[in-house]
Amino acid sequence: MIHSLFLVNASGDIFLEKHWKSVVSRSVCDYFFEAQERATEPENVPPVIPTPHHYLISVLRHRIYFVAVIQSEVPPLFVIEFLHRVVDTFQDYFGVCTEAAIKDNVVVVYELLEEMLDNGFPLATESNILKELIKPPTILRTMVNTITGSTNVGEQLPTGQLSVVPWRRTGVKYTNNEAYFDVVEEIDAIIDKSGSTITAEIQGVIDACVKLTGMPDLTLSFMNPRLLDDVSFHPCVRFKRWEAERILSFIPPDGNFRLLSYHVSSQNLVAIPVYVKHNISFREGSSQGRFDLTLGPKQTMGKAVESVLVSSQLPRGVLNANLNPSQGTYTFDPVTKMLTWDVGKINPQKLPSLKGTMSLQAGASKPDENPTINIQLKIQQMAISGLKVNRLDMYGEKYKPFKGIKYMTKAGKFQVRT
Amino acid sequence: MSASSAFNDEKGGSSSVGEPEYGHDPASGGIFSSDYKRHDDLKEMLDSNKDSLKLEAMKRIVAMIARGKNASDLFPAVVKNVACKNIEVKKLVYVYLVRYAEEQQDLALLSISTFQRGLKDPNQLIRASALRVLSSIRVTIIVPIMMLAIKEAASDMSPYVRKTAAHAIPKLYSLDPEQKDQLIEVIEKLLADKTTLVAGSVVMAFEEVCPERIDLIHKNYRKLCNLLIDVEEWGQVVIINMLTRYARTQFLNPNINESLLEEGGGGEKTFYGSDEDEDDDDEDDKEKKAEAATLAKRKPYVMDPDHRLLLRNTKPLLQSRNAAVVMAVAQLYFHLAPKAEIGVIAKALVRLLRSHSEVQYVVLQNVATMTIKRRGMFEPYLKSFYIRSTDPTQIKVLKLEVLTNLANETNISTILREFQTYIKSMDKDFVAATIQAIGRCATNIGEVRDTCLNGLVQLLSNRDELVVAESVVVIKKLLQMQPEKHSDIIKHMAKLTDNIQVPMARASILWLIGEYCEHVPKIAPDVLRKMAKSFTNEEDIVKLQIINLSAKLYLTNSKQTKLLTQYVLNLAKYDQNYDIRDRARFIRQLIVPTEKSGALSKYAKKLFLALKPAPVLESPFKDRDHFQLGSLSHLLNAKAGGYQELPDWPEAAPDPSVRNVETEEVVSTSEGRIGLLGAWREVPEWTKCSSREKRKEKKVEKPFYSDSEGESGPTESADSELDSASGSESGSGSEESGSGSESDESEEGSESEQESEEDKEEDKKKKKKELKKPVRESESEQSSEEEEETKREKKSKQRKSDSESESDEEEESESESSQSESEDSESEAEVKKKKKAADSKPPPKPVKTENKKEKKEMSLLDLDDFEPSPSPQVTPVNTFMSNSLVTDLEGLSLSDSVLSSATITPSSASKSYELLHRITGEGLSVEYCFSRQPFSPDGNMVAVQVQFNNSAASETKNLHMEDVKLQCGMRVKEFPEIELLPAGEAATAVMGIDFCDSTQAANFQLCTHTKKFFVSIQPPVGELMRPVFLTENEFKKEQGQLMGMNEITERLTLDAKCRNEHTIVQRVTTAANLSRVPCGSDKECRFAGRTVTSGSLVLVSVVTKEEGAAQLTVNCEKMVIGTMLVKDILLALTQ
Repeated sequence: MIHSLFLVNASGDIFLEKHWKSVVSRSVCDYFFEAQERATEPENVPPVIPTPHHYLISVLRHRIYFVAVIQSEVPPLFVIEFLHRVVDTFQDYFGVCTEAAIKDNVVVVYELLEEMLDNGFPLATESNILKELIKPPTILRTMVNTITGSTNVGEQLPTGQLSVVPWRRTGVKYTNNEAYFDVVEEIDAIIDKSGSTITAEIQGVIDACVKLTGMPDLTLSFMNPRLLDDVSFHPCVRFKRWEAERILSFIPPDGNFRLLSYHVSSQNLVAIPVYVKHNISFREGSSQGRFDLTLGPKQTMGKAVESVLVSSQLPRGVLNANLNPSQGTYTFDPVTKMLTWDVGKINPQKLPSLKGTMSLQAGASKPDENPTINIQLKIQQMAISGLKVNRLDMYGEKYKPFKGIKYMTKAGKFQVRT
Repeated sequence: MSASSAFNDEKGGSSSVGEPEYGHDPASGGIFSSDYKRHDDLKEMLDSNKDSLKLEAMKRIVAMIARGKNASDLFPAVVKNVACKNIEVKKLVYVYLVRYAEEQQDLALLSISTFQRGLKDPNQLIRASALRVLSSIRVTIIVPIMMLAIKEAASDMSPYVRKTAAHAIPKLYSLDPEQKDQLIEVIEKLLADKTTLVAGSVVMAFEEVCPERIDLIHKNYRKLCNLLIDVEEWGQVVIINMLTRYARTQFLNPNINESLLEEGGGGEKTFYGSDEDEDDDDEDDKEKKAEAATLAKRKPYVMDPDHRLLLRNTKPLLQSRNAAVVMAVAQLYFHLAPKAEIGVIAKALVRLLRSHSEVQYVVLQNVATMTIKRRGMFEPYLKSFYIRSTDPTQIKVLKLEVLTNLANETNISTILREFQTYIKSMDKDFVAATIQAIGRCATNIGEVRDTCLNGLVQLLSNRDELVVAESVVVIKKLLQMQPEKHSDIIKHMAKLTDNIQVPMARASILWLIGEYCEHVPKIAPDVLRKMAKSFTNEEDIVKLQIINLSAKLYLTNSKQTKLLTQYVLNLAKYDQNYDIRDRARFIRQLIVPTEKSGALSKYAKKLFLALKPAPVLESPFKDRDHFQLGSLSHLLNAKAGGYQELPDWPEAAPDPSVRNVETEEVVSTSEGRIGLLGAWREVPEWTKCSSREKRKEKKVEKPFYSDSEGESGPTESADSELDSASGSESGSGSEESGSGSESDESEEGSESEQESEEDKEEDKKKKKKELKKPVRESESEQSSEEEEETKREKKSKQRKSDSESESDEEEESESESSQSESEDSESEAEVKKKKKAADSKPPPKPVKTENKKEKKEMSLLDLDDFEPSPSPQVTPVNTFMSNSLVTDLEGLSLSDSVLSSATITPSSASKSYELLHRITGEGLSVEYCFSRQPFSPDGNMVAVQVQFNNSAASETKNLHMEDVKLQCGMRVKEFPEIELLPAGEAATAVMGIDFCDSTQAANFQLCTHTKKFFVSIQPPVGELMRPVFLTENEFKKEQGQLMGMNEITERLTLDAKCRNEHTIVQRVTTAANLSRVPCGSDKECRFAGRTVTSGSLVLVSVVTKEEGAAQLTVNCEKMVIGTMLVKDILLALTQ
């Protein structure tokens, strides 16, 4: 299984290493650096690199490469999934997963890695159990620890590991019992030049933040569960109950977790919330290009489209852009050729537009591709698929929890080809 | 050094601890002396007796290790702290120890005793962590100690420690492979472990140590399948991958028939041919026939139930959040499932495409392989593979691969349109891949070949050399495949030479024209003419191709091109580039015949115009599926170390019985049933009897035969049937004795008490004998005389009643089954009364009785699987049931497939209670019993059967309920009004009461046309539940969740008559409406039910010990119900 782990930053330095079996020399990473050099973009480094004696499986998150060294056959997804879980855990512990955060908390990181793998095989990956074993650092605790020399290592057995509900730690107590659910849907779409939809689908997740005392047993039911086509659950969800009644029944983990992710069946037509009118053109022989972009709301069901952000990778020949936004601000990075326009909220009465010229390299021929436009947006209080939670019930505990549900629609991979 | 200075040092250290400075440790910059000094003060801190100092030091050391700095010289100082009380220090010391023990073996030994002590600690956490560290220290000397520790931990009470033991196995194995045999023993032992915690880890150990010992899995196969869903996700991956391999060795190919058809009997033919010689003429015809014949001859493929079990139990895991689990299930289905079922995995795999790009990368690789074999599966998801400009190049290329594999006649136009947009991408590697993809689409799908070619030809004018080169290469390949269509395109390309400036493209075009100059005889010389004109201005590669072209033309068409060729060669002769000069010289010698030219010139044509092989355009993912999908080897397309080959399907299935496990048999119901059916066939008399008469006789006689002859059941396997049968017989017996009134008799108000008492006495004896017949023969012998008498008497009676009327059958069945009436000195009148009561029911009697008979048999043969006491004797009681219930039973008897939930709720014993006494009711007596049938109008209600008996002289009219007084929450569904009850008649009605899981009485008024009677119905607690069927595992699991306050345990001494399993089962089921749960041990009886209203689980288990001692455990969420139930069952078992 996983032999060693190296953390490599963007500039190619190994800043942390951990070995679960005998020590593997860090020179094994040279093969990785080689591949990194060959790749034009950071994300183009192949996730699996064979070397004469080892295999390197890496993931890139937050501009850190997590390079796992393995020696024999293992399902690559097993390692990749685990590495992502490691990153998620770090993020959970330190808020962010950056080189600085890891260096600051190097001992906690080491303790975590020690608990997460035993001899290269995952041991405890549930964040609830890990938190029982090693308490996440807080400013207060760090100070107290420094002064008193007390420890942030749990003293008891991680009982969760033994119980029937290994994802929930025992003895949870809150004065305010709350359960919040966020239904977040993302629209993935490709819109072609003429504005017609090539492909569009809705992917949704239900993220939960549950802070309930004891061992609550929750059921969540939907008004229209048929909308959900393909679902994947947190292990706490009782699958049989879902199969039979389309009800989510579960004993929740404590804290934040992703209860469910789903795909809305492709039979349903996807409402596209915005349209884009664009006119981007380069003239042959001239060092000028025109850029003209207008956004407008399309099917938003009366809700406001907010936090709109338009970005586009302009062709390499573009030297600079001189544009004039009707609202918001734009930036153009002449090095990466990335144009970003922070639009904000779309006002249906006065549509936002971005107009102006682009200056091209003198003498260069006209770029043969028009840039694609990526759009990010948010619509509050609406799930674009129409999914609605019917009710949330709690069993097994006496108190009355505070329940809340929030809907939001976002643009996922929303692309407009021009 | 003074303590104070050390303290100061430490202070300085601690301020910089825990904190950003770690990363920028000045020591890392590294002057040696400062480094040395630093270690010195670390040593000092470790030697101090303050935990906080030690902790700081350890933290700094760990930070050094993390950065890859060598901290090995601190080993002696650190190892001293291994026994430190502070848990964090200890943990960090462990971290250090595991890292450096290998380098400092001698010193590491100092720590061993601490761990050995830890292994004996009462706390499982400490035991586990001691074993973990001990096994992680890679020191060869301690191998025997490790082995011992692992062995001990493998039988530890705590599953957590056992899990740790499983983890330690591969560690020891890698340290000393010679321990393999002993380790396999441990693995074998741990494989038998029933907890989910251990399962994943031990299979991992199995995979690392002895993946070839597939035989170890047999016994645990079903258990692993059943546990799978509850195992933690990482374990699931390992288990699924292992089971895939296992299944490949143990089951038959589910697609075997299909693959036979597909391959057109290729294999079959040779096989056939060896048998007989065939004429080639009608071979096709014969072949088909033969194939059909072999197909027909071949047993239709039946999937092994274990194979099915695996597929069924893994399917829900496609919904896992863990991509590795989803992938593992997907590959399992791909390799093991019948073709028709594979489709389910597509959706889940497409879902993974939303995940991180690394996950996408791996999934797409596997999807690409799958699409080659099973294209249809992913076709509906075509659009999910469309490429976005933001995808990393490697993902784009893989998506392209999948799109190409998915292309067919119907979707090619959309795919090509998509490709067109890709070609304009800025990512040139991706564009090149797209062009290749177009080329492949064109070769695979004839219809679009021309469109593709035209499109590609246009691409030749692209500015990007890479694009042009790729297009030309692809066009070249396409043209080579289709010689007859060459001319048009080549002509078109020839025209392009005027415009295209990209040298690579020009060169490629010239090569094509030269290669296929025979197809364009008119154009080729003209092209050469133009080229000759511009020769001096061309790029080098173009010049080379011009020479090439001229040579080829000279050979085919020397008349027209001789001069041009010479002109070109002359120009080349004085070119600046020596390559070109060389080439020109070489070619001139070769093609222009002179006296000096050697033998080679004769072969010039062969040299230049040799047929070049057409390149093959196929997916790089072809044939990758011989690697297990999802594996590293598959991804790399090369065998990785430790890869276990996926075996081919066996020709004939190995013996499936190797997977049979005794306890397992009980758990899996389907298996159990099959076994019983087998046994059933061994007792043919039961089935052969066609006439009802005969069957009856058999039934009656059977107990006697077995009694007097001391038989103990036909076979071992049929035992359980007999058991349950006798159990149920005894059931009615004890019921009688318990309630003192079987409902039949009790309604006969005139029956004298003594009589019935006598009856019971005798009955009891009889029952006892029947019951104990296998065990207590002596007693049965004693009473056999008595028995014989009874029998004779009964027989005569039977004959009598037979001769009477058809309605007698009712009574017959009673007499025969309960056997109690046979001896009764009932007056004829009484019998008649009863008959009348029965007569009042409309359905045709013969049918009904037959149904009952069948039901009896069924219950003997099949039902015991579900419920231990479906007593045949109960059936007469059922005569009170409404007709609809009887028809229900009829339905049951028709086929055993209907046996599911309905049979779980048998009406095993209905005790009657008095609602209205004959005296108070002025001739009207009313009784009620709990029929234990589901109350169809409302599932939350308990069905109560009310029996009215009008023994008054006058008729009673308008019997109905009124003024129902209930506790809060309770509900009643009244019985329909009985309009007329003539004198001497009886009637039954069913009402439903929702008792809200309480034993509160339901009070109401029973009204006739003249009177009102206040009555109340109070349920015994055992009637407030309905049976549910649980497997042993479910039972244990549920029981585990209902601990503490919800569990009530009582010790008791069993009644002398009730010391065998059947009596216990019978008595418990009489006391409470529960169903039996299969159980591996015969010392324990388990029952399960749910309360009717709230559906809370009620679990009862009775564990018997020596000398009638027993322990009763009731688990129920509702504590009141639990307590009351304990009392009731206690009473039932001790009386």
